[in-house]
Amino acid sequence: MRSKHWYDYLWIWSIIYFSLGFFNILFAWLGMIDFLLPIIIAVFRGNKWFCNNMCGRGQLLSKLGGALKFLGNKQAPRWMASKWFRYGFLGFFLTMFSNMVFQTYLVAAEARSLTEAIKLFWTFKVPWGWTYTAGTVPDWIAQFSFGFYSLMLTSMLIGLIVMVLYKPRTWCTFCPMGTMTQSICKLRSKSNQNNN
Amino acid sequence: MLAKKYAVVDQSRCVACGECTHVCPKEAISVPHGCFAAVNIEKCIGCGKCARACPAGCIKVNLIRQGI
Repeated sequence: MRSKHWYDYLWIWSIIYFSLGFFNILFAWLGMIDFLLPIIIAVFRGNKWFCNNMCGRGQLLSKLGGALKFLGNKQAPRWMASKWFRYGFLGFFLTMFSNMVFQTYLVAAEARSLTEAIKLFWTFKVPWGWTYTAGTVPDWIAQFSFGFYSLMLTSMLIGLIVMVLYKPRTWCTFCPMGTMTQSICKLRSKSNQNNN
Repeated sequence: MLAKKYAVVDQSRCVACGECTHVCPKEAISVPHGCFAAVNIEKCIGCGKCARACPAGCIKVNLIRQGI
């Protein structure tokens, strides 16, 4: 078994991130690190080092799932790791992300007002106003925070649901970031082979 | 005849999450270039921990027979 490193404890970061969102929604911006870093590593280093070693969410699901072994260790249905589902979910996720960015733009352009609520599973609106004092920052910054935290919390909840139902890191089979970075790595690998 | 168990990865279904690399007691599995997991047969002892951990269900433990 390999030895422990500092990055093996990043599951603590995941807990801190989601906890901070209950106190001040502006901390949601920190989640951009989890969005950008895997892509930067995949593009410039050509590997999935982030997913393999640094993903706090993956580590947390692995730890929680391991602790809840009595739930069983059922294999997820085959379609969940299939290409069409993975790329379909990635497409859906990116569409929702784009919509969230568009809503932020509308607030910035003063075409709509700030909504101090989060949306779970892209459907259920949950009042979240206590985490933000109006006027602290420009409205669009707050709007992005609410939207981004909604996305992060929703994907975490999906991860927890599939963790309970199947193997701990089942979320990783269709995680949009994982699918995206694997595609980048495969493309890089292919172009390197063609060049050699 | 020698028999040896070892892990085999269905690379077309592997999502390269790296969970297998964390559970392998022999560091016999890695995810080179972020594409898919690859097993070092020399190091693999066929314990099946990677197969049990794999969320995509793409690792199986095979038995090979080698002549001496």
